[in-house]
This record gives sequence, C-alpha cells and structure tokens, in this order.
Amino acid sequence: MTALPEHASTKRLGLVIDLDICVGCHACAVNCKEWNTGGIAAPLTDMHPYGADPAGVWFNRIHSFEAGAGPDSRTVHFPKSCLHCAQPDCVTVCPTGASYKRAEDGIVLVNEDLCIGCKLCSWACPYGAREYDGDQGVMKKCTLCVDRIYNEDLEEIDRVPACVSTCPVSARHFGDLGDPDSKVSKLVAERGGYDLMPELDYQPTNKYLPPRPRKAGGCQTQAAPLVDAEASIGGLLGWLDKLLSR
Amino acid sequence: MHPAASVIFFTVSSGAGYGLAAGLILFALVGPSEVSPILAGGGFALSLAMIVAGLLSSLGHLGHPERAWRALSQWRTSWLSREAVMALITFAPLLAFAWRWIMWGEADLLIGVIALMGVGGTVWCTAMIYASLKPIRRWRNGFTGPAYLALAAASGAMIMALLLRLSGQQIWAVALAPVPLLALAALVKSMYWRWMEQGHAASTPESATGLGALGNVALLEAPHTEENYLLKEMGFHVARKHALKLRRLAMDLGFVLPIILTVLASLAGQTAGCVLLALATALCLLGCLTERWLFFAEARHTVTLYYGARNV
Repeated sequence: MTALPEHASTKRLGLVIDLDICVGCHACAVNCKEWNTGGIAAPLTDMHPYGADPAGVWFNRIHSFEAGAGPDSRTVHFPKSCLHCAQPDCVTVCPTGASYKRAEDGIVLVNEDLCIGCKLCSWACPYGAREYDGDQGVMKKCTLCVDRIYNEDLEEIDRVPACVSTCPVSARHFGDLGDPDSKVSKLVAERGGYDLMPELDYQPTNKYLPPRPRKAGGCQTQAAPLVDAEASIGGLLGWLDKLLSR
Repeated sequence: MHPAASVIFFTVSSGAGYGLAAGLILFALVGPSEVSPILAGGGFALSLAMIVAGLLSSLGHLGHPERAWRALSQWRTSWLSREAVMALITFAPLLAFAWRWIMWGEADLLIGVIALMGVGGTVWCTAMIYASLKPIRRWRNGFTGPAYLALAAASGAMIMALLLRLSGQQIWAVALAPVPLLALAALVKSMYWRWMEQGHAASTPESATGLGALGNVALLEAPHTEENYLLKEMGFHVARKHALKLRRLAMDLGFVLPIILTVLASLAGQTAGCVLLALATALCLLGCLTERWLFFAEARHTVTLYYGARNV
C-alpha cells in the first residue's frame, strides 16, 4: 500500500552524519555496496563494469563540496543516501504499492516483486536516493540494512547499517530519531543537526551535523618567518653554506 | 529530465486521440444528424487507435511491462495509478457511445457526457503525474494541467477538422474550431515559458547541503567519474540556444502556421482545402511532439544541485 501508514509507531530509525568528521574515504559506500549486493535488494547490478561506459547501482554516494570562500572556506565531504523521510513522496507516487514505508520503524523500502520499473519514485525523490537497476528492471534503494539491524545471527555490535559499522572515523551514527532521549537525538540537539532541503517538506529522518566553527584566529600560523640563512649563520654552518653556495 | 521517446509519443498520441474523441462526441451531441461514415467510423477508429498506441507505448519504458496491471491498484495516492484507472474506465462509455452512434446514429447524452468527463479526466491525470512532483519546479506549477488539456484539445480539433473536410462536409464550427484552441495552446505555452524564465526553485546547493551558513556551496568533486542513473535520467541538459530555437519552432510551425493554414483551408476549394488541412495537422502534431520533448528536456530536478547545478 503506497498510502503512508496511519498508525505509525513513534520509532523513526535513521542515520546522523557528522560533516565535521567525514574524511571522504568512500568506505561507507563500498561496504554498503558489498553488503547490499548480497542483501534483500540484491544484486546491486553493475553494467559494463570493465567496459568504456561503466555504470552501477549504489545506495550511498559521497560528494565533496567547497563551502564559503577565502581563508574560512571549507572542504566538506558529504555522504548521501536515502533519508527515510516522514513524508516520502517516492512512496505515495508509486502506482503499484511496491514502495512502502514501514509502520513499525519508518524505514522506506521497495518490494521488488511488485515494482514495474516506471521510475516515477526516483523522479519524486528530491535527493536522488533511488537508483534504477536496468538489468533487473526494478527500482532499488537504501534499506537501512534492515537485514542487518534486526539480524539475530549477527553479534549485537554488528546490528547497525553496513555504512555505520565501517566508518573509520565514526562520522555515521545509527539510532531512533523518534525518541528524543536516544543517543542520536541528543547528538542532533547538541550539534544543531539539520534537514536537507527543508523547504520541500519531506521531513527527512536522517540528520546532518554541520562542521564545527573554527577556533578564534584559526588560520593564522604561529611559526616565526623564515630568515635568510646567509645573513645570519656563522661558524661551521656559515662556512659550509659559503662552500656549497659557490 | 531525460526526454524518453516512448513517453513523448504516449502523451502526444493519446492526448490527440482523446481530443479527437471529445470533438466527435460534441459533434454527435450538437451537430447535424446526417453524418458520413468517414467521420463517425473513421474518426472513432482513428481516435481509439491513437489512444491505444499511446498507452501501449507508455508500457515501453517500464522495466516490467507484464506487471503493468498492478498500476491500477494505488489510485488513492498515485496520479499515475489514477491515470491508468481513468484510461481503462473511459473505454466503456467511449466504446458504448461510438457503437450506438456509428451503428444507429444515436447520440446518447448521458453516455456522451460521462465519456467527455472520462476523456478530460484522463488527460488531466496524465498532466498531474508531472505537476505533482515537488523536486521539479518547471512541472509543479499551474501551467502543466492546462497545457496538457489545451494541446490535446487543439491537436484533436485539428484532426477532426481534417476528417470532416475529407468526408466532404463543410461545417464552419468544426472547420474553424482549431483556430481558438491552437491560439489557447500557444498562449498557455508562451505564458509558461515566460514564467519559467522568471525564477528558480527555492532549493539551492546551499539548502541541498545545509552548508549555506558557511557561504556559497560549489561542487569540488563528484561522487563518481562516470554518468550514473541519476545523471542520465535527471541530469539531461539542453543548451539554451537550442531550447530557444525549438520553442520558436514549436510555436511558429506547431501553432501559428496551422492557424493560418486552417483559415486558408476554410476559404479554399475541396481538394486544396484537404491538402492545406492535412499539412496543418501534420505541422500541429510535429509541434506537439517538439513541445513535449522540450517539456521534459527543459525540466530540471533538484538532484542536479548535488552535481554542480547552481539552481533548478
């Protein structure tokens, strides 16, 4: 059913991504691809992987932006995956009921057996979170690793999305953003976590933490300026300098 | 947005087919009782053929056309589903009305009105598939619905005028109906293009990344070196000078010239009139195809803001 759940639980599972920490290593995207090409949305098809025009399905893409200008400008690495919105138009535009939002935890999923591959959901997503698998003829998207987070065959510490488990700098956090007392909600409150494109009112669950402000006088170097060696050095070093300068 | 040939043909062909059907129903309800079989039988056959060809073409871009029947299920929320349901339901009154009219010359008012509502509703639902998409400012606006209706009506009226002339009948209301409808279509489209040029969506690279507090946001490095699905589907870009040229082509050849030819045809003799109307119809359909190509090619999606676009 592509209508949004009427009696949804308050639970809203999602990610919090710390743009202050992300180093842009793409490990999250690689581990996402590795897990999900064997997960419930499998395979994440690659077309012509060794050809002239390779293309493939990925659920997570890492953009790098330059924000601001001058000495205070920043290079910000920006991982982007499905935000599991509270108002996901990708779900309501689906003509077949293949796209749905789970009542129990808010995860947005595609039932690939119902998908006709009309691609309308990918048009309805402002964030580009859905990618069409031209080989399978169906739409694919981030599952929030629903096959990991509830998987009792895994150690409890591993029951987080693949992107979160692999991040080498802990820039990604997973939790219940519907619970104001959860670790992720507190992190969002503390750091001023925000929504992407709030003007479109999709009410994304995933939040982004902004880069921290620079410390006062951040960019000014404390080291003394270099001096001309010839003018100041005497003794053995001065003699060597003269010798070598000949 | 990528201008897919199957969807362009679908919207133009079924739009003109529905426009022709509406014209025939109105003619049957208020026109003369003496009707040639070319207009009645040929007209409805052509109209249904164009509608069915369009709908079949729309299946062409599906990944799983064999599952298309599933699209009838989600009419509560999805305009695409509503369109599929409306298109299917409308066949009943349309076929019933055509059958009675062709076989017995009876024009049933009730069935005719229901068929007219179905025809208009289906075209409206097609437009709303696009007009409901928030990430695309150039679709989500008040021009999309009226433009789809006006173009369907104008192209349908154009074919209708040609068929009537071919059947040897000369009725002024039908012969000149394309003139105001083409003018209306031209007006709606030129207003749309003017509106489109005048602004951008509220979304920017700054709001898309949330980094606006730091200053301007520019893409430093894309996530991937090759084109992916998002860029192929949503990142289609048509050069402005080409778009302007195509707009003028759609406007002059698709709408203005057919208006002139239609007026000339109404004054010309039978053979010359038929030739002029055939030319006008061909130009009008070509103009509609160009307009529909531009409708997709000029539309810009917010996802491109993550790939270096400054505005959408």
